[in-house]
Amino acid sequence: MIAADVSAAVGRRVLTWVALLGHATIFFADLLRRIPESLRRFGLTVTQVHAIGNRSVVIIAASGATVGLVLALQGYITLSRYGSSEQLGLLVALALLRELGPVLTALLFAGRAGTSLTAEIGLMKAGEQLAAMEMMAIDPRVRVLVPRLIAGVISMPLLAAIFSAVGVLASYFIGVGLIGIDSGSFWSAMQNGVDVFKDLGNGVIKSIVFGIASTFVAVYIGYESQATPEGVALATTRTVVVSSLSVLLLDFILTALMFSTR
Amino acid sequence: MRQSADRDAREEISLAPTPELKPASEETALVSIQGVTFGYDARVILSDVSLQFPRGKVVAIMGNSGCGKTTLLRLIGGVVTPQSGRILFSGLPVDTGDRTALFNLRRRMGMLFQFGALFTDLTVFENVAFPLREHTDLPESMIRDIVLMKLDAVGLRGAAPLRIGEISGGMARRVALARAVALDPEIIMYDEPFAGLDPISLAVTANLIRKLNDATGATSLMVSHEVHVCFEICDYAYLLSGGRVVVHGTPRELQASEDPEVRQFIRGEMDGPVRFHYPAPPIGQELGIHA
Amino acid sequence: MTKRQTETLVGAFVLLGILAIVFLALKAANLVSFSFDATYPLQARFDNVGGLKTNAPVKSAGVTVGRIASITFDNKSFRGLVTMNIDRHYEFPADSSLKILTAGILGDNYVGIDPGGDEKNLQPGDTITLTQSAVVLEDLIGKLLYSKAAEAPAAKPGADAK
Repeated sequence: MIAADVSAAVGRRVLTWVALLGHATIFFADLLRRIPESLRRFGLTVTQVHAIGNRSVVIIAASGATVGLVLALQGYITLSRYGSSEQLGLLVALALLRELGPVLTALLFAGRAGTSLTAEIGLMKAGEQLAAMEMMAIDPRVRVLVPRLIAGVISMPLLAAIFSAVGVLASYFIGVGLIGIDSGSFWSAMQNGVDVFKDLGNGVIKSIVFGIASTFVAVYIGYESQATPEGVALATTRTVVVSSLSVLLLDFILTALMFSTR
Repeated sequence: MRQSADRDAREEISLAPTPELKPASEETALVSIQGVTFGYDARVILSDVSLQFPRGKVVAIMGNSGCGKTTLLRLIGGVVTPQSGRILFSGLPVDTGDRTALFNLRRRMGMLFQFGALFTDLTVFENVAFPLREHTDLPESMIRDIVLMKLDAVGLRGAAPLRIGEISGGMARRVALARAVALDPEIIMYDEPFAGLDPISLAVTANLIRKLNDATGATSLMVSHEVHVCFEICDYAYLLSGGRVVVHGTPRELQASEDPEVRQFIRGEMDGPVRFHYPAPPIGQELGIHA
Repeated sequence: MTKRQTETLVGAFVLLGILAIVFLALKAANLVSFSFDATYPLQARFDNVGGLKTNAPVKSAGVTVGRIASITFDNKSFRGLVTMNIDRHYEFPADSSLKILTAGILGDNYVGIDPGGDEKNLQPGDTITLTQSAVVLEDLIGKLLYSKAAEAPAAKPGADAK
């Protein structure tokens, strides 16, 4: 009978997850419906872009630089073994534009901006600010949640682009500056191999999708968190975990769709 | 200690004038709660309660923690809907599915949350201006005048430029009060307005509640368990326990009540219908002593 | 932080992001060589298109002059029908020939145009008749083995005659 108990418990767990997914989807649709109303007060979104985007630039740029440096070093070690070290620029650019730029930016974003969003909204809920807004006949979703969602979707591709650009520049300094690869072949190998639409374009699409996913997760978990200090703390850790896993799962799906060999 | 503080506070407060007050009928009441039952899944918080709140009066809702006092405010505001029964505001149902109708009703209400619930990213001024900016098309100069007047009424006009993090808890509650009355609502609801206040703030708050009510002709609903302060300023009171209305009447009537539950609550007695001891086997048995 | 300051900072952030995208597009990707010029179509049939894909380049003298638009199967001639979009700036003689080549030893396939000597040029919609199919590795190996097998018995009678 243990098997029956275990499967019943698992079944219940699965059903809870499915119900949660349904609830989240309905919530998402609710937010989407309120976008036009929220855009009328564009100043709110601008403030949020500042809070989410501007404040993340430093960590994103720093991470982009270090990842670019590391990619250049590691890439050179392997490429030089096959005599293809001029392809270093191409290697770094493709890795960054297609995968590392969007994905790493999204993961860092989940950690920095995602947690601050969840904590902020959770604390607003705990301090009854959201309830106060409702009692004043103001929809907190329009005023608080949607601007943050839009801001995240705007910020993410910009941040990912900054990450990749800084990474490419960093690899240039290592490749051409330190290692001594010819500057001309560095850039031309890159330009010949990187396609604007396939690589850069798909990367931008990826980061937009990641932006929607991780910002929504942060906002949703914050809004549904328990209105206590412990509840908010739990919610922030949950945001990081769920955001990160969603981004990685979406990356798998999108990569399979975009970069399949026809 | 507490008695003398109350006495001092009482000296500042103008006493509620009405000696005899009949409960408002369901037709004339501003807010009418009729046979409402409400609960979450297994827990029933309110069962078949009926309360009427007459216009222009200060009514207190008292009871032990968890008896459903705050839930009542949320029901009136339409934040939650009852499983059965009706809630009417000025004759209109609150628990309608129509969001626009509900929002229009809410504009006529003002609510003061327990810890103020001020918007932490705005200044004092901007907090009070918030409902004006959202719900009216008034020019900024007029809004400024109104905000400063409301802040002046609660004595905080000088604190207008401060950020929320810079003001004390008592001040926060007064700012929240100014915000709650910014649109001159017909009903002002107070959720535990006296909780955790020092004697001075207590007196100030009680004074403000009464004066605001009389000056604007609004109806005030206080949820509280500070019996003595409530009795000083309210015209009528409801006592809830176990999800039901135990008794209701004027302060004088309640003080004269013979009901043991009422007496224990009003006098603050340690033991009575609400037992002091959590259910447990006899102490002799637990300590292994036999008489 | 006044509203004005916030807006300026946000604008700077957005600008920085757009600059990053532009930099990547121009410097890292092939946007510069990407032309939005008008093209004209040409068609050709091949016995075997090999690994040729749509959007593969069409080159002449090593320079990209167009792209493969579509590859379909011609059920009448049982050959692969390739449609190409050639840049309007470039015209080729009517007797030009096409070859499917490989970039590098194991790279992607592309089409190379060998210009002919005709005075008249190919018109939009024309079909090029001189085509050489892709080199398929299995056929090469098969040819090699067959020729090796053919050499061995031919050597014997010569040795006996001596």
